[in-house]
Amino acid sequence: MPGIIGYGAYIPRLRLSRKTVVQANAWFAPQFAARAKGTRAMANWDEDCITLAVAAARDCLGTAEDRTHIRGVYLASCTLPFAERLNAGIVSEALTLQDTVEALDIAGSQRAALSAVTSALTKTKSGAGAVLVLAADMRHTRAASAQELDFGDGAAALLVGTDGVIAEHLGSGTVTVDFVDHFRQVDADVDYQWEERWVRDEGIGKLMPRAIAAALADAHVAAEAVDHFIFPSTIAKIDAQLAKSCGIRASAVADNLAIAVGDTGVPHALLMLAFVLEKATPGQMILVGQFGSGAQALVFRVTDAIRRFRPRVGAAQWLARGTEETNYTKFLAFKSQLELERGMRGEQDKKTALSTLYRHKSAILGFVGGRCAVTGDVHYPPSRLSYTPGAPALDTQTPYKLAERQARVLSWSAEYLSYYPSPPQFYGQVDFDGGGRLLMEFTDIARGDVETGTRMEMVFRVKDLDEKRGFVRYFWKATPVRPTVLE
Amino acid sequence: MPTGIKDKVVILGMGCSRFGERWDASPEDLMVEAYGEAMADAGIGAQQLDAAWFSTHMSDVGTGRGGLPMGIALRLPNIGVTRVENFCAGGTEAVRGAVYAVAAGACDIAIALGVEKLKDTGYGGLPVATVGTFVPQWYPNAVAPANFAQLATAYRHKHGVDAATLKRAIAHVSVKSHANGAKNAKAHLQKSVTEEQVLNAPIIAEPLGLFDCCGVSDGAAAVIVTRPDIARGLGKRDLVSFKALQLSTSNGWEMHSSQWDGSYFHTARIAAKRAYEEAGIRRPRDEVSMLEVHDCFSITELVTMEDLYLSPEGGAVKDVMDGFFDADGAIPCQIDGGLKCFGHPVGASGIRMLYEMYLQLQGRAGSRQLADPRVGLTHNLGGQPSQNVCSVSIVGNLNA
Repeated sequence: MPGIIGYGAYIPRLRLSRKTVVQANAWFAPQFAARAKGTRAMANWDEDCITLAVAAARDCLGTAEDRTHIRGVYLASCTLPFAERLNAGIVSEALTLQDTVEALDIAGSQRAALSAVTSALTKTKSGAGAVLVLAADMRHTRAASAQELDFGDGAAALLVGTDGVIAEHLGSGTVTVDFVDHFRQVDADVDYQWEERWVRDEGIGKLMPRAIAAALADAHVAAEAVDHFIFPSTIAKIDAQLAKSCGIRASAVADNLAIAVGDTGVPHALLMLAFVLEKATPGQMILVGQFGSGAQALVFRVTDAIRRFRPRVGAAQWLARGTEETNYTKFLAFKSQLELERGMRGEQDKKTALSTLYRHKSAILGFVGGRCAVTGDVHYPPSRLSYTPGAPALDTQTPYKLAERQARVLSWSAEYLSYYPSPPQFYGQVDFDGGGRLLMEFTDIARGDVETGTRMEMVFRVKDLDEKRGFVRYFWKATPVRPTVLE
Repeated sequence: MPTGIKDKVVILGMGCSRFGERWDASPEDLMVEAYGEAMADAGIGAQQLDAAWFSTHMSDVGTGRGGLPMGIALRLPNIGVTRVENFCAGGTEAVRGAVYAVAAGACDIAIALGVEKLKDTGYGGLPVATVGTFVPQWYPNAVAPANFAQLATAYRHKHGVDAATLKRAIAHVSVKSHANGAKNAKAHLQKSVTEEQVLNAPIIAEPLGLFDCCGVSDGAAAVIVTRPDIARGLGKRDLVSFKALQLSTSNGWEMHSSQWDGSYFHTARIAAKRAYEEAGIRRPRDEVSMLEVHDCFSITELVTMEDLYLSPEGGAVKDVMDGFFDADGAIPCQIDGGLKCFGHPVGASGIRMLYEMYLQLQGRAGSRQLADPRVGLTHNLGGQPSQNVCSVSIVGNLNA
C-alpha cells in the first residue's frame, strides 16, 4: 500500500518577537496589545520558497549520495519566486535529482500541499517510484496587520512511495468550492481577507466536515479512532471546534505551532504532520486536513517502520534552534517593506548570464565539483586540468557532490564595506572533509559563531537578487554546524 | 637558468605625481605630471623614446582602455604603447616590459608609466569590479579588506598568536608608515597617528580597522630605462640598475587545494627566491638595505616580511614590534609612506615604489634620506592572498 516513506521540515532560524512588532506599531494599531506573545518564524534575507523547500527536502532525504529512487518532485506554494521558470526544476537541480524526474509547481490554494500529496500517491501507486512532495511559503503581509503577527515562514517535505512505508495512506476526501476567504491577484503582494467569523461559520465550519467525513469513509476509519487531528488555521480554537463537530477526540488535536512559528501557509499541515510523525507510534491514526478554495483531508495509519526513519534534523530540533529577533526594521527590510539606504556599492548590476548558468548548472545549483580519479584531489569549480602541483592531469575529474559534506573554516572575516542586506558580511575559506576548498559566504551567523577550525555545513540560499530584471541567483553557503538542542 | 637582467638596464629618469584625492586632476593631467618630471630627469625628448608600456587597472572608472590614453595624453610620437593590467601589480609589469625590451636590444630607450584615477566614483574605497559571468554566480561578493583580513585569522591560528598581540603589531606597521608619510610632500596622507588611534578606529573587516587599510588615491608614476652605455653617453653618473625582476602568478593551488594554510603568500616566496637568485643575494636579512612592499593592509606587510625571508617564519611580529622595519631600524620599510600613506593609485603603485628606491640610491630623498642604502627591494602584489600575482624587484647602484 502506498504511503509516506519519509518526512522532513524546515523552520528558519530567526524568530521575530511579536512583542517587538506590537510595541513598534502600538501608536497605529493598539488593538494588538493582547497579542504580544511568542514569536513567528522569519526567513533570513537570503531565503525564499525555493531555498526553504530545498532545506525541508534535505531534512527528509538525509545525506545519502544516491537519490535516483526519487521519480517526482512536486512543489506546493502560493508564494513561489518565479511565475515562469519551473520552481520545482530549480529544487530538483539543487537536490541533484536525475533530469528524468517529473517536477511540478502546484499553487492556487492553501490546500495545495495536500493536493500535491494526493497526486503523488496516485503516481506512486502506478509504480512510477517515489515522489517528493515539498511545500513552502513566505507570505507578504502589511505592517500592523493581524497576518504579520499570525503568519510565519517555513517548509515541509513528505516522501511518498511504496517501499518502507511509515504511514499508510488509507483514504482521502476533497471538496472543491470557490469559497473566497482571501484572494490575491497575480501581481499583488498581499492577500485581501474577508471577515473571519464568516470564514469560520460558513467556510471551515461547513466545508471541512464534508471532506473529513469523506476521507474517514474512504479509509473505513471511525472519527473517534483518530489519534492525531491536524488542522492548521489562524482562527483561534477552530481546530478543537472542528474536531468536536466531526466526532474526533479533543486530545487528538495537534499543536498548530501558533506560539513559536506562526501559520506558515501552504506547508503548515505538512509541517504539523512532521511534528506528529516524529512522536507517532505504530498503529496510530492520523487525519490531516487543510482548507482553501474548498477542503481536503487525508487519513494515514502509522506502521512499525516509523521506528526506522529519522529526519536529518527534524521539526522539533528546527523549532528548538531558533534565535529570537528583536529588530522589527530588519524584518521589514528583509520583506522588502522598508527601503534602506544601500549606498553606491549597492548599485552594482547583478545581471546573470543565463548561458553561463546553464553551462555550469550542476556546479552552481547542485554544488557538484570534480574529483581527480588519479590523485583524489577535489576541485571546485570542476576543471579540465587539475591543480595538482607540478603534474596537472587532463580530463581526470569525475562529478563529486559537496552539498552534503561538512567543512572546516581555514580563515574568515566579517566586513562592513560592501552593500550586504544583513551586515556585516561574513565569508571565509573552508576546507571540505575529503578535500576541496572554497571561499564561501557564511549565513545564519553572528559574531562569536566562527573561528579558524569551526565546523560548517552547507545550505542552499539566494546569492544575489537582480531587482532590475527580477532574477534570482542561487548558490550554496556555509553555516556553523549547530549542536542538538535539548528540548 | 637564464642569465637574467642584472645590470643590463639602468634608470635614466623617473617622475611621480602628487598622490591623493586629486579632485583637480584628470588621468591625463596626472600622466603629464609624472611624465614631465621623468623626461626632465632623463634629459631627453619624446623623439628619443622607442616604446612605451602603460599600466592602468580600473580602466572603466576614468582612464580608458588600450594604449591610447597614454599615447594621446602625452602626444607620443606614434611609438608603440602597450597597455598592461595585472591587478595592483600592473605598475611593475609595465616596468618589466620596458626593461625586457631594452635588455633584448629591441629598444634603446623605453618608458613605463602607470596611472589610476579612482576618485571619480562617488564613494570611498576601491571601485566595485566586475569579474566575468561565472565567478559572480558562486564566488562571494568579496572586498579586498576582508580578503586580506583572513591572513590575520590564519596567521594567529598557525603561530599561536593571540588576537590582541597581532592587532598591536599590525597597528605598529601603520603607525610607522604614517610617521614616514608625514615627511613626504607628495604623499596622500601626511599625518602621524598614534597606536591608540589605530587600535580604536572603526572596523572595516575584522580584525582590520580604518588605519589598517591603505589610501585609495589618484596618481601617476613613470620610469625611463635604457642600457648603461647609452645612459653614460647622455652624461649620466651614479646609475641605478635593475638587479632582478621576478613575477609569480597563482595557478589555483592556494585557492582550491587544502594544502596552503592561508597565512602567507605562496607566490611572494617563489618570486622572492627567484629575485634573490637573479640578483645574487644570499642573505637577504643582511644584504637588503631598504624596501617598499605592497602594504595594501597592515597585515599584508607583516606577513610579507616572512615571505621575503627578512623575518624568520613566525618572527615578523617580534621584528615589527622591535622596530626592525622602522625608518631608523635595520631595514627601513615604506620610507615614503608606502601604499598606506603615499597612497595607492593601483596601476602606478609599482612604479612609485621604484621611484623611492631610485631617489634613495641617488641620495635625493630629502628629509627621509637613509644613510648609504645599497640594495633596494620592491614587492608589488595584485589580487588577494588566495590567488594573486606577485612581483619582486631588486635595484642597486650599477655594478655594485
